[in-house]
Amino acid sequence: MSRDAVLSAVNLTRYYQVKGGPFSKAATVKALNEASFELYPGQTLAVVGESGCGKSTLARVLTMIEPPTSGKLTISGHEVSLKEGQRPPAALRREVQIIFQNPYGSLNPRKTVATMLEEPLRLNRKEMSAEERRQAALEMIAKVGLRPEHADRYPHMFSGGQRQRIAIARALMLNPKILVLDEPVSALDLSIQAQVLNLLADLQEEFGLAYVFISHDLSVVRRIADDVIVMYFGQPVETGPAEEVFTTPRHPYTQALFSATPVADPNRRRERVHLKGEPPSPLAPPPGCPFAPRCHLATEECTQVDPPLEHVNDRVEVACIHVDQAAAKYAHAEAS
Amino acid sequence: MALLDIEGLSVRFKTSSGLFAAVEDVDINVDRGEVWSIVGESGSGKSVSMLATMGLLPWTAQVTADRMTFDGQDLQQLSPRQRRRIVGGEMSMIFQEPMSSLNPCFTVGTQIDEMIKQHLGGSRKERHERALDLLAQVGIPDPARRIKAYPHQLSGGMSQRVMIAMAISCNPRLLIADEPTTALDVTIQAQILELLLKLQEDTGMALILITHDMGVVAETAKHVVVQYAGRQVEKQDVKSLFANPRHPYTEALLSALPERAGNQDRLPTIPGVVPGQHDRPAGCLFNPRCQYATEQCREVEPVPAADDPARTLCHYPLEDGISPSPAAAGVARDNPQSSPHREVRP
Repeated sequence: MSRDAVLSAVNLTRYYQVKGGPFSKAATVKALNEASFELYPGQTLAVVGESGCGKSTLARVLTMIEPPTSGKLTISGHEVSLKEGQRPPAALRREVQIIFQNPYGSLNPRKTVATMLEEPLRLNRKEMSAEERRQAALEMIAKVGLRPEHADRYPHMFSGGQRQRIAIARALMLNPKILVLDEPVSALDLSIQAQVLNLLADLQEEFGLAYVFISHDLSVVRRIADDVIVMYFGQPVETGPAEEVFTTPRHPYTQALFSATPVADPNRRRERVHLKGEPPSPLAPPPGCPFAPRCHLATEECTQVDPPLEHVNDRVEVACIHVDQAAAKYAHAEAS
Repeated sequence: MALLDIEGLSVRFKTSSGLFAAVEDVDINVDRGEVWSIVGESGSGKSVSMLATMGLLPWTAQVTADRMTFDGQDLQQLSPRQRRRIVGGEMSMIFQEPMSSLNPCFTVGTQIDEMIKQHLGGSRKERHERALDLLAQVGIPDPARRIKAYPHQLSGGMSQRVMIAMAISCNPRLLIADEPTTALDVTIQAQILELLLKLQEDTGMALILITHDMGVVAETAKHVVVQYAGRQVEKQDVKSLFANPRHPYTEALLSALPERAGNQDRLPTIPGVVPGQHDRPAGCLFNPRCQYATEQCREVEPVPAADDPARTLCHYPLEDGISPSPAAAGVARDNPQSSPHREVRP
């Protein structure tokens, strides 16, 4: 691509140490395993997967809340090298902001909207006067579709959709380049969800923001994403342009995930790719491919080697040794 | 005669600021072996109306209905004792949060056994056998081991299977599932929905599925009730609901689905929010958010037309996607209301 990536991740990995107790042994949880991708201004990268697949760990690493155990993270051309417990440089921190799933939990109930919006400025833009800060907060309030009189209200006076707007406004106060959206619309009702998604699309256009959109809702992802990473058990299993991944999913897990998602069309009764059982425990990872115990294509070989991501074409990468077979089988099922 | 026959169900809660009508004038007729779905956003009264049917609401709730019968028995006339015999036995319910619906202090075996003991009786050994059968029936691997497990040892999907085992333990004729898969992942959700439908088919029980997910409705239910702010706005079978919604709210809700939006630049939205206790508008409850609203909608509460099988709660029910409302002429169909902040931009 011609433009420079605003964020690039190479083999990002994050392990957690679980302390042993009187009844359990110490263990290492591989919450995130070798995720690599690039993010461009104005683009949306969606990360999809089920609970426990490492989506939120990825969010924490990208926002520099936690350092990666290994791998390289570059933000706006600067490499972030953090030691455990070290604070990242403030200049880089401003570039990446995060919005959480639950707008009821992520706003301080004892601060007014204006105070919350001004706080990042007070800490980072020491040269601004109180008057300027107030002005900036009011402008942002208008941008996210709230009214000026909302500025001096407290979070409990707002509905869920409005609170999410406040959270978005707060994240944008320092003009970040990247927004990490951790399930931003999952807690909202359908009619409100559409409002917030439109707002995010408008803001992306206006500010040229890059989004990392973490979600389990595939219909939302399909609508807004440019690129997709499908994760399972801490590992990316399929990455590529959203359009291509959605029309021709190649990894058996991606196929199962897509076919398990209910479609709002009563005339469409599909044959599901059946998925037995549940994701394995992170404390006892299965040998070989982590998806093998649930996979309908799994063979002896799958339980021995953990397949790396490999290019199927110049856009899509898939981590499966039976990728050709899976793709052919899916195409056959869709055609019939 | 319908298995569950409810007409004019209203639930009012005593609150510090007076009575709050959480559910008003809801009609549901469920026949044996039917799969119904009640769909609506939060605050639409979908759970409350079913909890009222089960008799599980606290004393602050005033439940009134013109008719409320289950299998010919008038639920309002029954003594609490007689009612408890039906609830859990012939009519049972599963809830949204499987983790918090199970008692953490007892094994799942004990909790299933309690149900069987209450309603069916039998010797300890027979009950144990029945519990094992049930666990196998809901697809729990290794039931002999799992029967001794405590709820914290089970995953969310497994807990929900245990809840289902409890709910079907007494061969209910009606199972009410209140958002049974909302807390679960999609692959597990697919397993649970498939299980519920299979059990429904095998046993011939009726199933009422409360949900907010239009995808779940489309893939499971045969008949749908749409609720908005405590009112039932329409009732149709699933195919015609998705093809020809009658109420403007249903139409707006369906077009707000990302997968139905097509290639439009922005999603069509419903402006505003669901009214709460203190900001109920006069006239039709949906009028402030409705693109077809007229003077009449703002002043007069609509009643369903007598000849309307969908019982649409609207002055101008849609006909084949076209509103007969005089206000509809001004609405360009391909230009959905843009989000409000657009107006403030220079």
